[in-house]
Amino acid sequence: MYLHSRLENKGNFFRKIKDLDFILLVSILLLGFISLATMYSTDGGEILFHTKSHFSKFIIFTLLMLLISFLNIRFWFSIGYFGYVIVIGMLIWTINFGITVSGSQRWIDLYFINIQPSELMKVFIILCLAKFFHRKRLENINSFYSVIISLIIIFLPMGLVIIQPDLGTSILISISGIIVLWFAGLNHKYFFYSLLITVISLPFVISFLKPYQKIRVLTFLNPDRDPLGAGYQIIQSKIAVGSGGLFGKGYLKGTQSYLEFLPEKHTDFIFTLFSEEFGFVGSVFLLILYALIIYRTIKIGAISRSYFAKLFCYSFGASMFVFIVINMSMVLGLLPIVGSPLPIMSYGGSSMLATMIGFGIVMSAKIHSQQSIA
Amino acid sequence: MIDQSDNVIKLNSINRRVFILAAAKVIILGGIISRLFFLQVKENKKYLTLSDKNRIREWKLPPIRGDFKDFFGNTIAGNFEAYQLHLIPEQVENFRYTINRIKNILELSDNQFKRIIKKQKEIKPWETLIIADNLNWENFSKINNNLYDLNGVKPIISISRNYPYKENYTHILGYVSQANENDILSNEIVKEKFVQGLKVGKIGLEKTFENDLIGSNSIERYEVNAYGRRISQLAYQQGDKGKSIKLTVDTEVQKLANKLLADKSGSICVIDIFTGHVIAMQSSPSFDPNAFVFGISQDEWQLIRNDPMKPLVNKSISGNYSPGSTIKPIVALSALENDIINPKFTINCKGHKHPLELYGQTYHCWKKEGHGYVDMREAMKQSCDSYFYEVARRLGVDKLSETAKQFGLGAKVFDGLFSNEKNGLVPSTFWKKNALGSNWLLGETIITGIGQGYIQTTPIQLCLMTAQIANGGYKLYPKLLVENTKDEKKDKFVPLVKNPKNIKFIQDAIFSSTNEIRGTSYRSRIDNPKYQFAGKTGTAQVKRITERDRELDLKTSEIPYEERDHALYVAFGPYKNPRYAISILIEHGGSGGKVAAPLANTLFKKIIDRHEIRKNYETNKYLDI
Repeated sequence: MYLHSRLENKGNFFRKIKDLDFILLVSILLLGFISLATMYSTDGGEILFHTKSHFSKFIIFTLLMLLISFLNIRFWFSIGYFGYVIVIGMLIWTINFGITVSGSQRWIDLYFINIQPSELMKVFIILCLAKFFHRKRLENINSFYSVIISLIIIFLPMGLVIIQPDLGTSILISISGIIVLWFAGLNHKYFFYSLLITVISLPFVISFLKPYQKIRVLTFLNPDRDPLGAGYQIIQSKIAVGSGGLFGKGYLKGTQSYLEFLPEKHTDFIFTLFSEEFGFVGSVFLLILYALIIYRTIKIGAISRSYFAKLFCYSFGASMFVFIVINMSMVLGLLPIVGSPLPIMSYGGSSMLATMIGFGIVMSAKIHSQQSIA
Repeated sequence: MIDQSDNVIKLNSINRRVFILAAAKVIILGGIISRLFFLQVKENKKYLTLSDKNRIREWKLPPIRGDFKDFFGNTIAGNFEAYQLHLIPEQVENFRYTINRIKNILELSDNQFKRIIKKQKEIKPWETLIIADNLNWENFSKINNNLYDLNGVKPIISISRNYPYKENYTHILGYVSQANENDILSNEIVKEKFVQGLKVGKIGLEKTFENDLIGSNSIERYEVNAYGRRISQLAYQQGDKGKSIKLTVDTEVQKLANKLLADKSGSICVIDIFTGHVIAMQSSPSFDPNAFVFGISQDEWQLIRNDPMKPLVNKSISGNYSPGSTIKPIVALSALENDIINPKFTINCKGHKHPLELYGQTYHCWKKEGHGYVDMREAMKQSCDSYFYEVARRLGVDKLSETAKQFGLGAKVFDGLFSNEKNGLVPSTFWKKNALGSNWLLGETIITGIGQGYIQTTPIQLCLMTAQIANGGYKLYPKLLVENTKDEKKDKFVPLVKNPKNIKFIQDAIFSSTNEIRGTSYRSRIDNPKYQFAGKTGTAQVKRITERDRELDLKTSEIPYEERDHALYVAFGPYKNPRYAISILIEHGGSGGKVAAPLANTLFKKIIDRHEIRKNYETNKYLDI
């Protein structure tokens, strides 16, 4: 019996490997490779700190993703609330004992790694809300009680992140949450009215922004008002992208980054560097790669039997899409500068960790797609 | 807990919404791609330009200045290789150690040392610090020997202005020096080509022809990073050297003129009476213009500035002097031209005991004993003042001034060539009324007749006047530049006199003054017809001679320097076939006959010897073409 169970488990393990979504896995690995190559370029064509660190993180987190994918989707369903509470706890910890870097308190020191809980929240809020709505009957979804609870789930981490202060991430967290609400079937009118309220209240919100945030908004509206100060980043980013042309300046030949005109090239502006060196063709290729990853994610959602897995995959895919679009729009001068990394490409452990956890759960959903959750 | 039908409805709802969102995603993705297309393909040129503007920066280097050449093609203002010492602070490991080491090697004074430290603090660490801009060979090799110990120090050879003939051409050429704010603002071309260390003409022809001489900058194009640090050189564009300018001067004659004027204050001018070429034009004392190229020290500058002999003034063109007796040929010519008198007209000069008296004023001849009965030729020969008092009285100042102006007095000789050239002054009744507001007095006419009073001339004007007498009375336009272009107006021979006989007579009278016994410059004559010249002396008073002075009759050396007469001499030669005219002025030299005329003797020998060479050089040149 015991032996049989072992053998069955063994067979189970190989079946799980066979059931992996290889297209998604290969796409992610390819993206990781591109991101490493780009990181190598930001280090000026040498293997320096950023490249090394990014490489080791990518390897570790990919293994973590595979590990997660082998865990049953039920396990992820069961820790939905618990994970959320843990991250909330970490956010509270951050507020009190976090590490302050350039004016905002975002990181907690775990001795071997500095972690940014707000990035993790982007995934765990989806997990939590997916579990919440999994249990709801359709007619209860639009009930006052469930709307209030879900709003609390969204606003609590958002508030905790805003006071760090980190407006960009808090917006991204709330977007992740709202996406889940959308898929769960919340009435369209709620979205419509809240959008309306947001637009109307925008001028008032702006007046409450911190001076540097106001400058960012003004700079977005007209980057040339201070080309060497606040507008510098966006102007230089546009120059870099624009000068790339159809086929780019060539790998390791992006003058804007190599000559240090490009700010934040490891993190938020990594796409700019990539786009400068590989041009329009390269950028479109990267977009297609992202689109493929998101497509696979949604596809997994579609074949999943459980509502929880569906909701998670759809929401995670959609929020990935939003993060990518926001980052690209930002570096292309379509949105104001908000700190938002490009998933997997950007340097930063927490962001990559969150993304890989997300994809791990998605892959777990693929492997356990026939699993139903009561 | 969840029944089947509810699950189906729920799944329908989520599938519908996935579809809606997928559609939105495609649209947004299309938006991003179109934005990329807009930036990278449509606006690519614009951003490529901006990117190049970011990364490429040009550095202008000082242009190489054009040369000045003399008539025979010798370089009289050129360029030489200056040994300089540059240092880039960020490339030096231990700046303090290195700079002190350099201080010891070059034996810099504390003041110089402080200046270098100050400069170093003003520049960015990757910019070049010039420690020395003109090292001598000894120091330069000492630095080179110690280079192993001086990391980041660069011995550099750079091009700089050089005047090989030192003080000989200072007044003609002027000098160059570091361009200051004023130079940049007043000249668009200098402004455009300005770089740190650019030297521009401050005075003289160097200033006048600045725009031709300056040349064009060499350009170094570098790739720079966001902080302005040079990463790599992309291109080097060689600039053009400025235009070379050829002058009419003969360095041999110029050098002799300078030698003759040594320790004196004065001027020598030599003109070709047919071509108008200025063979030599020297003003003394002069100074070494090389001292200005790298900035003259305050002490040296004060020494030059405060010299009572005024080395900074170009006396040949900016010195206004009474012409004294050198005006007499013009007075005589004017009288003959206007038919006031004929050459036979005679007066009796009775000397100091019986001076000419007019309205209570007395007018003395220079000779105590008087000249007795003199006609025009004799009066010119012995420079009898009494005779010319009478001629001037009969002629009147207006007619005299007309002739004088015709012969080039009272107007700039080099039209616009020198910013510091003076007009001189030829007075007339009209002028006095206008300028001084009072009527002309007859007494003033009389002293104008011997070149005293209001009349003022520059040495180059006197030279031109003499040249025009010597060439038979034809209009002459003196030139300093050899130009290949023909100027109709200037090349035509326009006679200045009505009767050529009058000029002949004046020439003969001047000849007698030098070559006949009792002539004022008889002692300076040359008998060899090849060199024989004719000249008129002049002694210009700088102050009124009182009765007491006349009684004392002091020798020149006994009078204070500032009160001594100016000695003048104008001449042309060779007499048989005149070709050159000269004017000599010695400030406070005393008598023209004793001080100025003897110089002409040496000068003419040289000029006429050089004439053959000059003529051959010119024909050879044409043959080559």
